[in-house]
Amino acid sequence: MERIPILKMGPFLLVTIQIDLYDRLALTLENDLINMVSQTGARGVLIDISAVSIVDSFMGRILGNIASMSRIMDAETVVVGMQPAVAITLVELGLTLQGVHTALNVEKGMELLNNKLGDNLEPDDEEEEDQDDRND
Amino acid sequence: MIVMTKDTMDIVREQDVVPFRNRVREFGTRIGMSLVNQTKLITAASELVRNMLKYANGGKVILEVISHNAKTGIRLTFSDQGPGIPDIAQAMRDGFSTGRSLGLGLPGAKRLVNEFDLKSTPGEGTTVTVIHWKHGR
Repeated sequence: MERIPILKMGPFLLVTIQIDLYDRLALTLENDLINMVSQTGARGVLIDISAVSIVDSFMGRILGNIASMSRIMDAETVVVGMQPAVAITLVELGLTLQGVHTALNVEKGMELLNNKLGDNLEPDDEEEEDQDDRND
Repeated sequence: MIVMTKDTMDIVREQDVVPFRNRVREFGTRIGMSLVNQTKLITAASELVRNMLKYANGGKVILEVISHNAKTGIRLTFSDQGPGIPDIAQAMRDGFSTGRSLGLGLPGAKRLVNEFDLKSTPGEGTTVTVIHWKHGR
Protein backbone atom coordinates (compact mmCIF):
# COMPACT_ATOMS: atom_id res chain seq x y z
CA MET A 1 0.00 0.00 0.00
CA GLU A 2 1.18 3.49 -0.87
CA ARG A 3 2.32 5.64 2.07
CA ILE A 4 3.65 9.13 2.68
CA PRO A 5 7.02 8.90 4.48
CA ILE A 6 7.37 10.60 7.86
CA LEU A 7 10.85 11.71 8.92
CA LYS A 8 11.95 12.32 12.49
CA MET A 9 14.26 15.27 13.02
CA GLY A 10 15.11 15.97 16.65
CA PRO A 11 11.87 16.64 18.51
CA PHE A 12 9.92 17.15 15.27
CA LEU A 13 8.28 15.05 12.60
CA LEU A 14 8.58 16.14 8.97
CA VAL A 15 6.23 15.23 6.18
CA THR A 16 6.62 16.35 2.61
CA ILE A 17 3.61 15.61 0.48
CA GLN A 18 4.91 15.22 -3.06
CA ILE A 19 1.79 13.95 -4.77
CA ASP A 20 -1.86 14.85 -4.99
CA LEU A 21 -3.51 12.88 -2.24
CA TYR A 22 -6.53 10.72 -2.70
CA ASP A 23 -8.72 10.21 0.33
CA ARG A 24 -7.43 6.90 1.61
CA LEU A 25 -3.82 8.03 1.40
CA ALA A 26 -4.67 11.15 3.39
CA LEU A 27 -6.44 9.09 6.06
CA THR A 28 -3.45 6.74 6.25
CA LEU A 29 -1.15 9.73 6.74
CA GLU A 30 -3.37 11.09 9.52
CA ASN A 31 -3.24 7.73 11.26
CA ASP A 32 0.50 7.21 10.76
CA LEU A 33 1.32 10.70 12.01
CA ILE A 34 -0.66 10.38 15.21
CA ASN A 35 0.94 7.00 15.91
CA MET A 36 4.38 8.48 15.28
CA VAL A 37 3.68 11.39 17.64
CA SER A 38 2.71 8.90 20.29
CA GLN A 39 5.69 6.59 19.71
CA THR A 40 8.37 9.26 19.44
CA GLY A 41 6.98 11.86 21.83
CA ALA A 42 7.49 14.43 19.09
CA ARG A 43 6.75 18.03 20.09
CA GLY A 44 5.99 19.32 16.63
CA VAL A 45 4.75 18.20 13.23
CA LEU A 46 5.74 20.03 10.06
CA ILE A 47 3.79 19.31 6.90
CA ASP A 48 5.17 20.65 3.64
CA ILE A 49 2.43 21.01 1.02
CA SER A 50 4.42 23.05 -1.51
CA ALA A 51 3.97 20.32 -4.13
CA VAL A 52 0.24 19.97 -3.50
CA SER A 53 -1.86 21.70 -6.15
CA ILE A 54 -5.31 20.96 -4.71
CA VAL A 55 -6.56 21.18 -1.13
CA ASP A 56 -10.27 20.48 -1.00
CA SER A 57 -12.56 20.31 2.04
CA PHE A 58 -11.60 16.72 2.75
CA MET A 59 -7.88 17.39 2.70
CA GLY A 60 -8.48 20.53 4.77
CA ARG A 61 -10.35 18.48 7.33
CA ILE A 62 -7.47 16.00 7.51
CA LEU A 63 -4.99 18.82 8.16
CA GLY A 64 -7.28 20.17 10.88
CA ASN A 65 -7.66 16.70 12.40
CA ILE A 66 -3.90 16.17 12.48
CA ALA A 67 -3.45 19.51 14.24
CA SER A 68 -6.17 18.84 16.84
CA MET A 69 -5.04 15.30 17.55
CA SER A 70 -1.38 16.33 17.79
CA ARG A 71 -2.26 19.16 20.15
CA ILE A 72 -4.02 16.77 22.48
CA MET A 73 -0.79 14.78 22.45
CA ASP A 74 1.26 17.90 23.21
CA ALA A 75 2.62 18.52 19.72
CA GLU A 76 2.08 21.59 17.54
CA THR A 77 1.38 21.31 13.82
CA VAL A 78 2.59 23.73 11.19
CA VAL A 79 1.64 23.54 7.51
CA VAL A 80 4.16 25.17 5.21
CA GLY A 81 4.59 26.08 1.56
CA MET A 82 0.97 26.53 0.52
CA GLN A 83 0.73 27.67 -3.09
CA PRO A 84 -0.97 31.08 -3.53
CA ALA A 85 -3.66 29.60 -5.80
CA VAL A 86 -4.45 27.02 -3.13
CA ALA A 87 -4.74 29.71 -0.44
CA ILE A 88 -7.12 31.78 -2.58
CA THR A 89 -9.23 28.72 -3.30
CA LEU A 90 -9.37 27.59 0.33
CA VAL A 91 -10.74 30.92 1.50
CA GLU A 92 -13.43 30.95 -1.19
CA LEU A 93 -14.30 27.38 -0.40
CA GLY A 94 -14.88 28.53 3.17
CA LEU A 95 -12.09 26.59 4.83
CA THR A 96 -10.06 28.51 7.40
CA LEU A 97 -7.81 25.72 8.74
CA GLN A 98 -8.55 26.66 12.33
CA GLY A 99 -6.00 25.48 14.84
CA VAL A 100 -3.40 24.84 12.16
CA HIS A 101 -0.27 27.01 12.26
CA THR A 102 1.04 28.03 8.86
CA ALA A 103 4.37 29.33 7.63
CA LEU A 104 5.66 30.39 4.25
CA ASN A 105 8.36 27.75 3.92
CA VAL A 106 10.10 24.90 5.75
CA GLU A 107 12.70 27.21 7.28
CA LYS A 108 10.10 29.57 8.77
CA GLY A 109 8.04 26.58 9.85
CA MET A 110 10.95 25.10 11.77
CA GLU A 111 11.58 28.47 13.35
CA LEU A 112 7.96 28.64 14.47
CA LEU A 113 8.10 25.14 15.96
CA ASN A 114 11.38 25.92 17.73
CA ASN A 115 9.85 29.07 19.21
CA LYS A 116 6.79 27.15 20.36
CA LEU A 117 9.03 24.56 21.95
CA GLY A 118 11.19 27.26 23.55
CA ASP A 119 8.12 28.92 25.08
CA ASN A 120 7.26 25.75 26.92
CA LEU A 121 10.71 25.00 28.26
CA GLU A 122 12.14 26.21 31.56
CA PRO A 123 14.42 29.19 31.03
CA ASP A 124 17.87 27.69 30.60
CA ASP A 125 20.71 29.70 32.14
CA GLU A 126 23.42 27.12 31.75
CA GLU A 127 24.19 27.92 28.17
CA GLU A 128 25.45 31.40 29.09
CA GLU A 129 27.48 30.18 32.03
CA ASP A 130 29.10 27.58 29.83
CA GLN A 131 30.77 30.24 27.76
CA ASP A 132 33.69 30.61 30.15
CA ASP A 133 37.28 30.32 29.04
CA ARG A 134 38.30 26.78 28.27
CA ASN A 135 41.75 27.60 27.08
CA ASP A 136 43.55 26.02 29.96
CA MET B 1 -23.11 27.80 -26.83
CA ILE B 2 -20.64 25.86 -28.96
CA VAL B 3 -18.99 22.71 -27.68
CA MET B 4 -15.42 22.48 -28.94
CA THR B 5 -14.02 19.42 -27.16
CA LYS B 6 -15.84 16.71 -25.30
CA ASP B 7 -14.73 13.85 -23.11
CA THR B 8 -16.47 11.51 -20.68
CA MET B 9 -15.01 9.83 -17.62
CA ASP B 10 -16.54 7.19 -15.40
CA ILE B 11 -15.90 7.68 -11.71
CA VAL B 12 -16.46 4.43 -9.87
CA ARG B 13 -13.73 4.33 -7.25
CA GLU B 14 -11.62 6.70 -5.23
CA GLN B 15 -8.54 6.09 -7.38
CA ASP B 16 -10.39 7.59 -10.38
CA VAL B 17 -10.37 11.01 -8.72
CA VAL B 18 -6.72 11.98 -9.28
CA PRO B 19 -6.71 11.09 -13.03
CA PHE B 20 -10.00 13.00 -13.34
CA ARG B 21 -8.50 16.09 -11.68
CA ASN B 22 -5.52 15.84 -14.01
CA ARG B 23 -7.86 15.66 -17.00
CA VAL B 24 -9.63 18.85 -15.86
CA ARG B 25 -6.22 20.49 -15.47
CA GLU B 26 -5.30 19.44 -19.03
CA PHE B 27 -8.49 21.04 -20.33
CA GLY B 28 -7.74 24.20 -18.38
CA THR B 29 -4.18 24.40 -19.64
CA ARG B 30 -5.34 23.80 -23.20
CA ILE B 31 -7.58 26.88 -23.20
CA GLY B 32 -5.00 28.99 -21.34
CA MET B 33 -6.88 29.24 -18.05
CA SER B 34 -4.83 30.87 -15.27
CA LEU B 35 -3.52 28.76 -12.43
CA VAL B 36 -5.86 30.31 -9.86
CA ASN B 37 -8.93 29.64 -12.01
CA GLN B 38 -7.74 26.11 -12.74
CA THR B 39 -7.25 25.50 -9.03
CA LYS B 40 -10.74 26.82 -8.22
CA LEU B 41 -12.36 24.66 -10.90
CA ILE B 42 -10.44 21.52 -9.95
CA THR B 43 -11.18 22.01 -6.25
CA ALA B 44 -14.90 22.41 -7.01
CA ALA B 45 -14.72 19.34 -9.26
CA SER B 46 -13.01 17.41 -6.50
CA GLU B 47 -15.83 18.23 -4.06
CA LEU B 48 -18.52 17.21 -6.54
CA VAL B 49 -16.84 14.00 -7.56
CA ARG B 50 -16.41 13.04 -3.90
CA ASN B 51 -20.13 13.55 -3.31
CA MET B 52 -20.83 11.32 -6.27
CA LEU B 53 -18.64 8.54 -4.87
CA LYS B 54 -19.86 8.92 -1.32
CA TYR B 55 -23.59 9.21 -1.83
CA ALA B 56 -24.19 7.50 -5.17
CA ASN B 57 -21.34 4.98 -5.47
CA GLY B 58 -19.99 6.88 -8.44
CA GLY B 59 -21.28 8.19 -11.72
CA LYS B 60 -19.93 9.87 -14.79
CA VAL B 61 -18.54 13.26 -15.69
CA ILE B 62 -18.72 14.98 -19.05
CA LEU B 63 -15.88 17.44 -19.65
CA GLU B 64 -16.36 20.04 -22.36
CA VAL B 65 -14.56 23.07 -23.69
CA ILE B 66 -17.31 25.52 -24.56
CA SER B 67 -17.49 28.87 -26.26
CA HIS B 68 -20.23 31.43 -25.72
CA ASN B 69 -20.34 35.13 -26.60
CA ALA B 70 -16.61 35.16 -27.42
CA LYS B 71 -15.84 33.59 -24.05
CA THR B 72 -14.12 30.24 -23.67
CA GLY B 73 -14.62 28.03 -20.67
CA ILE B 74 -14.97 24.56 -19.30
CA ARG B 75 -18.24 22.85 -18.50
CA LEU B 76 -18.34 19.82 -16.25
CA THR B 77 -21.48 17.74 -15.89
CA PHE B 78 -21.60 15.28 -13.00
CA SER B 79 -24.41 12.76 -13.19
CA ASP B 80 -25.20 9.88 -10.92
CA GLN B 81 -28.04 7.44 -10.30
CA GLY B 82 -27.86 7.76 -6.54
CA PRO B 83 -30.59 8.43 -4.00
CA GLY B 84 -30.95 12.08 -5.01
CA ILE B 85 -31.16 15.10 -2.73
CA PRO B 86 -34.55 15.55 -1.03
CA ASP B 87 -33.96 19.15 0.11
CA ILE B 88 -31.64 21.04 -2.23
CA ALA B 89 -31.86 24.33 -0.31
CA GLN B 90 -30.70 22.56 2.83
CA ALA B 91 -27.90 20.73 0.98
CA MET B 92 -26.63 24.05 -0.39
CA ARG B 93 -26.31 25.57 3.08
CA ASP B 94 -22.82 25.91 4.60
CA GLY B 95 -22.21 23.40 7.34
CA PHE B 96 -25.02 21.04 6.48
CA SER B 97 -24.02 17.44 5.95
CA THR B 98 -25.73 14.08 6.16
CA GLY B 99 -22.29 12.49 6.02
CA ARG B 100 -19.51 12.99 8.50
CA SER B 101 -17.99 16.02 6.78
CA LEU B 102 -17.66 19.77 7.13
CA GLY B 103 -20.65 20.40 4.87
CA LEU B 104 -18.67 22.71 2.62
CA GLY B 105 -18.74 20.57 -0.51
CA LEU B 106 -21.78 21.83 -2.41
CA PRO B 107 -21.91 25.47 -1.25
CA GLY B 108 -18.11 25.71 -1.49
CA ALA B 109 -18.08 24.30 -5.02
CA LYS B 110 -20.76 26.80 -6.00
CA ARG B 111 -18.65 29.70 -4.73
CA LEU B 112 -15.62 28.53 -6.68
CA VAL B 113 -17.16 28.42 -10.15
CA ASN B 114 -18.92 30.95 -12.37
CA GLU B 115 -22.07 28.95 -13.02
CA PHE B 116 -23.59 26.18 -10.95
CA ASP B 117 -26.73 24.19 -11.54
CA LEU B 118 -28.06 21.31 -9.49
CA LYS B 119 -30.95 19.08 -10.47
CA SER B 120 -31.99 16.13 -8.39
CA THR B 121 -34.86 13.71 -8.28
CA PRO B 122 -35.12 11.58 -5.14
CA GLY B 123 -34.78 7.94 -6.08
CA GLU B 124 -33.42 8.69 -9.54
CA GLY B 125 -30.23 10.65 -9.17
CA THR B 126 -28.47 13.98 -9.26
CA THR B 127 -26.91 16.08 -12.00
CA VAL B 128 -24.64 18.99 -11.23
CA THR B 129 -23.40 21.22 -14.02
CA VAL B 130 -20.67 23.79 -13.48
CA ILE B 131 -19.08 26.26 -15.88
CA HIS B 132 -15.89 28.16 -15.28
CA TRP B 133 -14.72 30.71 -17.83
CA LYS B 134 -11.13 31.05 -18.87
CA HIS B 135 -10.76 34.43 -17.14
CA GLY B 136 -12.91 33.46 -14.17
CA ARG B 137 -15.85 35.70 -15.12
